Amino acid sequence: MGATLAEKVWDAHVVNRGSGDEPDLLYVDLHLVHEVTSPQAFDGLRLAQRRVRRPDLTLATEDHNVPTDLSADGQLLPISDPVSRLQVETLRRNCAEFGVPLYSMGDREQGIVHIIGPQLGLTQPGMTVVCGDSHTSTHGAFGALAFGIGTSEVEHVLATQTLPLRRLATMAVTVDGTLRPGVTSKDVVLAVIAQIGTGGGQGHVIEYRGSALAGLSMEARMTICNMSIEAGARAGMIAPDETTFEYLRGRPHAPGDAGWDAAVAHWRTLRTDDDATFDREVVLEAGSLAPYVTWGTNPGQGLPLSAKVPDPDAMGDPNERAAARRALTYMDLKPGTPLRQIAVDTVFLGSCTNGRIEDLRAAADVLRGRKVADGVRMLVVPGSMRVRTQAEAEGLHEVFRTAGAQWRSAGCSMCLGMNPDQLAPGERSASTSNRNFEGRQGKGGRTHLVSPLVAAATAVRGRLSTPDDLD
Amino acid sequence: MEPFVTHTGVGVPLRRSNVDTDQIIPAVYLKRVSRTGFAEGLFAAWRAEPEFVLNLEPFSGGSVLVAGQDFGTGSSREHAVWALADYGFRVVISSRFADIFRGNAGKQGLLTAQCAQSDVELIWKLLESDPGTELTVDLREKTVRGKDLVVPFTIDDYTRWRLLEGLDDIALTLRHAESIDAFETSRPAWLPITTG
Repeated sequence: MGATLAEKVWDAHVVNRGSGDEPDLLYVDLHLVHEVTSPQAFDGLRLAQRRVRRPDLTLATEDHNVPTDLSADGQLLPISDPVSRLQVETLRRNCAEFGVPLYSMGDREQGIVHIIGPQLGLTQPGMTVVCGDSHTSTHGAFGALAFGIGTSEVEHVLATQTLPLRRLATMAVTVDGTLRPGVTSKDVVLAVIAQIGTGGGQGHVIEYRGSALAGLSMEARMTICNMSIEAGARAGMIAPDETTFEYLRGRPHAPGDAGWDAAVAHWRTLRTDDDATFDREVVLEAGSLAPYVTWGTNPGQGLPLSAKVPDPDAMGDPNERAAARRALTYMDLKPGTPLRQIAVDTVFLGSCTNGRIEDLRAAADVLRGRKVADGVRMLVVPGSMRVRTQAEAEGLHEVFRTAGAQWRSAGCSMCLGMNPDQLAPGERSASTSNRNFEGRQGKGGRTHLVSPLVAAATAVRGRLSTPDDLD
Repeated sequence: MEPFVTHTGVGVPLRRSNVDTDQIIPAVYLKRVSRTGFAEGLFAAWRAEPEFVLNLEPFSGGSVLVAGQDFGTGSSREHAVWALADYGFRVVISSRFADIFRGNAGKQGLLTAQCAQSDVELIWKLLESDPGTELTVDLREKTVRGKDLVVPFTIDDYTRWRLLEGLDDIALTLRHAESIDAFETSRPAWLPITTG
């Protein structure tokens, strides 16, 4: 019997095959590191007098804590919170001591860890990629097996370049057909999560397949794989194709002329065999999908924007009903309210989900010649310094500023509010990020997850909207 | 790591599903660079509500958390495990755990005991009808006992063995050091490096 893409990548990295319930020991091709989940791991190495086995397969960046404000003359401001500063300084000391390359604030390669790996060409098909960050699933868009790990596992990978893992089940999510205009990959993944639930992918690697995927750019594919974790899946993958190869060609760490042909020949083998089977299969029809928005406090609580806030009393499952009641109380929403009537205070465009150049272009196209509504603040936070530079070269920053949005520097920013970019209690946002958990964007803040197109249209109208709702 | 064989302590009913790690410890509490001191951030937003279970006696001194389905979803932050352990929890019971959380817990000696949802409901009823009831969680037998109630839980055999023995993962892996060396010599030359 044939193998799935995930099984092929897994099998190619087994250092030691576990017997029975014992995990396999997998080799890690790329280990990405950031300041929040690494200090205790480096401490552990020091205590045990261990070194980093492969600093040349490890890359660190500063992203979660970094301020994104710019001074009047466009310069980065220093970290004002002493606790945030200590965490970043700790990363710098650790990287220097253990010889790990680091892109610090201000460096032209600095940015959100899941944006910089792909844009440097470090994320390649068939690799294993890990990071102390659940959105590591992003890198699966290249046909890599990529997943988030905890700090103890970060320490384990630093020390051994391997990770003991029990085999994961496989799930196929097939999206056939053509997406309608205005429907983006963000809407696809929100629809998937709404269908299978936040625990639906638990214990699985999802492979996204189907004709709708083939037409998507790498940026759009990364958005889908990024949110696999919100469906409970450890990883999401898409088989590499010509789009993948073209994206990689010429990037700083992509194979050079010498290795390119051999690499592509290998990459072409990275697809699920026709006779392979998945443990679970889910099918969506692309043409039936519409712009999606979340109404609740987990990413599975989403509906098409044309829908109304659901009525918990109409839900059959008692746990789902209780969760929906609590979510509506937290979100201050009444059942039956059309989602389009929900007014927001803040619009956040950015994050590892939607902070890439294509996302900024899509939003800028909506905002060009328009204004952000009175009383709404819009933050535009590029995912990396390279994205920022590219956007500025294309004049996108002027489009955002002219519309009344704030143009920022690169970082995780309001996705999780570890830096000063937060919602105030009771404030409501339309956000292109990945999590609408209670307090995620600031204590008492209320989050609606949306695509960049919906974010931009919402900023103009002041209520949840699609570009079609604008004059 | 301390071995885990059995634990007896006050059970805490947390009747919520989808308890994500942002609820277990919000991001603003993640800035410490040590493994200790995270108890303060545990369920920080919910503890601001007077009726939250950990604000009620005798639950505030509990050590066995009994939660709804899909516990530990979201962020990979191991701080969620450190916060629970730092507060005094030794066991979390749920009918389904998020993968990363369960893995993190296993590294720190926090037992994640998976029970059927119907059994979780029975434990909740017991704890609510008689607050302060102690639960005994036995990893050898894979059971949860409280008063007359005995329910089974599941956990994978490997994690169970590691917890019972208190084994450190890195030391276990380093037994395969020669295999790692051998694997490295077989990696294709075109794979990227981060330096140079």
